[in-house]
Amino acid sequence: MSDRAKALSGLAVFLVLVAFPTWQTLGAAGDAARPELELPENETECIEETEYMSARHMELLNEWRNAVVREGETEYTSTAGETYTMSLTGTCMDCHDNRETFCTRCHDYANVAPRCWNCHIEPEGS
Amino acid sequence: MSEDRRTFLKEVGFAALGLGCGFPLVRAAFAEAQHGTNQDAEPSSQWAMVVDLEKCLNGEVRAACVEACHREHNVPEIPEADDEIAWIWDEEYKHVFPDQVHEHTPAELQEMPVLVLCNHCTNPPCVRVCPTQATWKRESDGLVMMDQHRCIGCRYCMAACPYGSRSFNWRDPRAYVRTDESGQPLSDFPTRTKGVVEKCNFCAERLRDGRQPACVEAANAVPGGEGALTFGSLAEPDSDVVRILGEKHTISRRVNLGTGPNVYYVV
Repeated sequence: MSDRAKALSGLAVFLVLVAFPTWQTLGAAGDAARPELELPENETECIEETEYMSARHMELLNEWRNAVVREGETEYTSTAGETYTMSLTGTCMDCHDNRETFCTRCHDYANVAPRCWNCHIEPEGS
Repeated sequence: MSEDRRTFLKEVGFAALGLGCGFPLVRAAFAEAQHGTNQDAEPSSQWAMVVDLEKCLNGEVRAACVEACHREHNVPEIPEADDEIAWIWDEEYKHVFPDQVHEHTPAELQEMPVLVLCNHCTNPPCVRVCPTQATWKRESDGLVMMDQHRCIGCRYCMAACPYGSRSFNWRDPRAYVRTDESGQPLSDFPTRTKGVVEKCNFCAERLRDGRQPACVEAANAVPGGEGALTFGSLAEPDSDVVRILGEKHTISRRVNLGTGPNVYYVV
């Protein structure tokens, strides 16, 4: 029966269209390009291990924030025993002096929008 | 049984009455005891300021203080009075000391300009009402601090402060902060954000480095303004503020409220 063929082909087209989101991503599947971060040229080490810093820097910054603002402390002693001044705009931005090519690139990739810079002032030249 | 029904009921009734009256008293006593311990935890030291009203009659001195403070802390200049932000400003004598004037006080005294700022009270009402502890009394030196990260903008502190020392950011202050030619704010002190409360911090960031507050420094730099503002610790018997408080007639704002203001005025 010719009606049957029409119905089946129509159904097939319908299914293909409905499944569009599924098969469309199948072909394009793959990781989004990882951000390329520009690292400080004159320094080789951050205040803690790189792995720790990239995964937990926000926790460290929160600790610093509470210590400085609420406890009035200023010095941070790293696991390696070095002391640093707890300051986002001072210590961090001293090496990572380009927010755009370091902070923002990774934050965009991770789809997070920290509000540090609503108040804190970027050091000049960064 | 020797007790009859009538006596028994009477006794039960009196016992209930006694309990009913007694509990609130006991509760009140507990509250008093707790409040007492709060007051015991007074700061080990207390920063204070003495303002010389006569030296501050010089408009240049007052303007220099305001300018230095607002520049140092990136205080936005918002033209509309309703949304204004200020850490230190001029106010008329009759408004600063409403309990010091009467109908026969000379008009020129009533309208005399007086510099006002946060009093960093010994018993700050703003701290008591803050639901997030975004504002607190620092135990080491008695400053009433603000943690802008924690402020939720409820403005309870503004309602509690009897001096109107606090301002609310109704709009994003960044657009109103003065900048240099390259668009960089004049100071590296963090600005605030829309929806938080701010006030004078007695230059906590300068005190940390052993410097005097910006307003005090600015007043001393104006000819004739030397000693218009004096800053120091009440815990040090030989500090300038303690000396002036001991020698001269000073008043502070609305002392009858019990807030214990730490800004004093030489009259």
